Amino acid sequence: MHLPAPLTDWLAKKGWTLHPHQQQMLDRAATPATLLIAPTGGGKTLAGFLPTLAELGTTPPPGLHTLYISPLKALTADIRRNLRTPVEGASLPIRIEDRTGDTSYTQRRRQRADPPHILLTTPESLALLLSYEDAPKIFQSLQRVVIDELHALAESKRGDQLMLLLSRLESLSPNLRRVGLSATVEDPPALARYLSPTACDILQADPGPDPDIAMLETEAPPPWSGGGGRYAMRAILDEVRRHRTTLIFHNTRAQAELFFHDLWLQNDEGLPIGIHHGSLAREQRERVEAAMAAGQLRAVVCTGSLDLGIDWGDVDLVIQVGAPKNVKRLVQRIGRANHRYNAPSKALILPANRFEVVECRAALDAVRDHTLDGEPRGPGPRDVLCQHILMTAASGPFDANDLFTEVKRTGPYTTLTRPEFDACLDFCATGGYALRAYDKWQRLLEKNGRWQLRDPRNAAVIRQNLGTIIDTETLKVRLRNRLGGTPLGEVEEGFASTLTPGDTFLIGGEIVRYEGLREMTVEVTRQPGRDPKVATFNGTKFATSTLLTQRILEIFQADSWPDLPAHTAQWLALQRDVSRLPQPDRLLVESFPHDGREHLCIYGFAGRNAMQTLALLVTKVMEDQGLAPLGFTATDYATLIWCLDPVTDAAPLFDLDRLREGLETWLGGNAVMKRTFRATAIIAGLIERSHQGRRKTGRQATFSSDILYDTLRKYDPDHLLLQVTREEAERGLVDFSRIEDMLARVGNRIDLIRLPRVTPLAAPLFLEPNKIPIHGTGRERMVEDAARRLMEEAGLA
Amino acid sequence: MHHAFTLAGEMLHALPSGALFWPAQSLLCVSDLHFGKSERLARRGGSLLPPYETRATLEKLEADIDRTSPARVICLGDSFDDLAAADGLEEAARLRLARLMAGRDWTWIEGNHDAGPVEIGGTHRATVTLRPLTFRHIADPSQSAEISGHYHPKARLKGTARPCFLLDAQRLILPAYGTYTGGLPTHDSALQSLMQKGALAILTGPRALPIPF
Repeated sequence: MHLPAPLTDWLAKKGWTLHPHQQQMLDRAATPATLLIAPTGGGKTLAGFLPTLAELGTTPPPGLHTLYISPLKALTADIRRNLRTPVEGASLPIRIEDRTGDTSYTQRRRQRADPPHILLTTPESLALLLSYEDAPKIFQSLQRVVIDELHALAESKRGDQLMLLLSRLESLSPNLRRVGLSATVEDPPALARYLSPTACDILQADPGPDPDIAMLETEAPPPWSGGGGRYAMRAILDEVRRHRTTLIFHNTRAQAELFFHDLWLQNDEGLPIGIHHGSLAREQRERVEAAMAAGQLRAVVCTGSLDLGIDWGDVDLVIQVGAPKNVKRLVQRIGRANHRYNAPSKALILPANRFEVVECRAALDAVRDHTLDGEPRGPGPRDVLCQHILMTAASGPFDANDLFTEVKRTGPYTTLTRPEFDACLDFCATGGYALRAYDKWQRLLEKNGRWQLRDPRNAAVIRQNLGTIIDTETLKVRLRNRLGGTPLGEVEEGFASTLTPGDTFLIGGEIVRYEGLREMTVEVTRQPGRDPKVATFNGTKFATSTLLTQRILEIFQADSWPDLPAHTAQWLALQRDVSRLPQPDRLLVESFPHDGREHLCIYGFAGRNAMQTLALLVTKVMEDQGLAPLGFTATDYATLIWCLDPVTDAAPLFDLDRLREGLETWLGGNAVMKRTFRATAIIAGLIERSHQGRRKTGRQATFSSDILYDTLRKYDPDHLLLQVTREEAERGLVDFSRIEDMLARVGNRIDLIRLPRVTPLAAPLFLEPNKIPIHGTGRERMVEDAARRLMEEAGLA
Repeated sequence: MHHAFTLAGEMLHALPSGALFWPAQSLLCVSDLHFGKSERLARRGGSLLPPYETRATLEKLEADIDRTSPARVICLGDSFDDLAAADGLEEAARLRLARLMAGRDWTWIEGNHDAGPVEIGGTHRATVTLRPLTFRHIADPSQSAEISGHYHPKARLKGTARPCFLLDAQRLILPAYGTYTGGLPTHDSALQSLMQKGALAILTGPRALPIPF
């Protein structure tokens, strides 16, 4: 396969030559499925497109030739820019367009009637395209699919959905070839099977030199707890000054906002610095992206929205603020710096607090040792399959046997059985209840051997519900003025509901004052120079991988810590002095009062999911013992429980038989399961996502999904969605086997230490944002107390 | 445990379930049962929700009737999600309801969802007055000594929202009793304009808890 002459000429004029893996992609253009693993900066996206450019040539036939799918909207816009440069440079008549939730309605309509040669999109937008009746026409000429950052998609239900969509595409265009692109993979053969279970070639590019990576040490030590790394602002500004362009990564959006705000206050030289994250309005993000591409910014404060492969400008330094939680993510972020292939990337990690110093050390060691972390994924979830069945029905009548064959062809669903498939189909058609209530009102009907919607108008509802990302409800934020106001971004509905007029919060790096709510939009005014109430809008909470957790525990066992900064070494020594440091063969449990409540801290180091499960089970035993647990929070290394009465004997809390007994009954009724059920019910199409603007204001009409969960558990415990919820919980949320391993390892070596106050190691747990309430006698006691106090204050008691 | 209070000089009990009991009249009152809600949604091409809410609501009602043994029961409107839902009531639910109604003076008050007679026995009325109290579905701001439902009020305390009664010197508004019912927050303007200063919200839950409105 050869590139068209004008393109070869253009490349030569620029002095560019193809990397070996780019040439190999051209040579293997006919291969049905290929997984290309190349480091960031290795031109893997171009490698993915080269066969397309070669096939389209100088006189491309009309019709869609290649579909490019990325996990991020920002990535599609970026790739469009990058791809148009050579195509326009060589004057090739190839049309390249993107299509995401941000694309205008008229453009989307036109794309369906007259598709471009290359369409850049996301899994969700592809699902929507495939749900239209004219999907066969749109995709009839399709030759190639290129999936970028495949490893990131494969970690979630978005990937499972995408694989189902690919199988559907293959039925519409049987000669379809697929290419997966990935930078960092711990198990390439598993990812290749995911992409194509029958046969998938793996192409490994030269990984390039090791990164130049170190911990950013500052004069002032990091704080005892907390996140955001604002203590190191001076040192960071110095680094920005010394480099051409710096990316400053944060783990959450809220932290990025706070950091950016402080950075501006200390930016005496007025260095041009921008902020970029997923909660900002599109206009805001695009402005930063354009300034970055034009080389006008010296630094960008950002989050995961810049994690994946966006190639902008000459980034020569990456600063990761806060522990990276996951080695793979760190490697990916390092890859942002120095996008010249075969030049080492330069990166600095800034621990946000002292525990994170240890985490950062462990992560640096892992990068040096070339170990990547990752959890194997189980079979494809059935809620995603239910949505796929409904999407298929929205596009037109289908044959169940054909659809089953199509589904079985995908990597995640190779082990799906026919009865399992039929149960999903039955759920879509009748609700799948033990009580056959809806035979008269079926959603799908079988007519002449083909399944179709009973009411064709239902297709609109199905389309609105497509996708597997379950966002917290968000509200748009606008500046208040007569003309509608500048959009600033979005905040979580829960956060918005806590605001009263006059409250201030940070968004887009500026402090705004809450004025009121108007038609589901938060109206604000600018309010410079006031201390903001912190915005808690959705920042993803990452879990530290098992690999890192184990490395941290190893570091704790040392007699002294010459590799760690002095302040952290002293902190660990202090913990050893006032209490103990956790050991691999013992279980450390601390009990102490704080802020008028009793606390129990369990250092299990079993990973976040297992620690959460342990917390659920232990609090159940505590409830039985009358210790009135109120809530808990769990991290990868510990669980912190707060309660009304102190624990004096720890052994009964960790009785394995008792814990296992509690697993079934307790897990069923808890908040984590209800949250999982809600996501499952939305994905499977049992309940609708609420859409802004369409949302009912008469709230009597809507009720919480918790009620449906409780009802199903009581009257239909074997229902499909409860099965899916349980599977998900056992696979991801519960991790009971890790608790068993941990308890087997420690045996009866459980050390309960009673202390007068919070210990150094426990302090960071108090700042964990994800607190889970326990609705037991403790909370009831508090609710009653609060009610009594309110009545007394109001003079009504 | 219930919360006892007086309205127009009559001693009444707000039960933790959301039902109201008037001991002097041996009267139990529940509002907004919304029987057949899931069936109505499915019929209209909406979601196929778990079809168990009628059974769940009946079990709850049965428990309250067992506890209070009322001579008289008033269902305060929106007992059925619509009139067709009343006709479509499955056999088991119909029998169960008939057992509860047997030997009791049973009144269905019309609501906005179920305006019109239902073929299910009992008396059908727009309002009922039992001196000194009047029972109707939607509160009438010009009236007093009145007991109504309709709004599905709910209140937040310590981070949890619960259905609640609303009480002031003029009226009592009952929470929705049905299983598939959401709630209207007490800060909603409809409720704010209806209730007087010094009103109480009585939360349902493990026990009935009064808090300032």
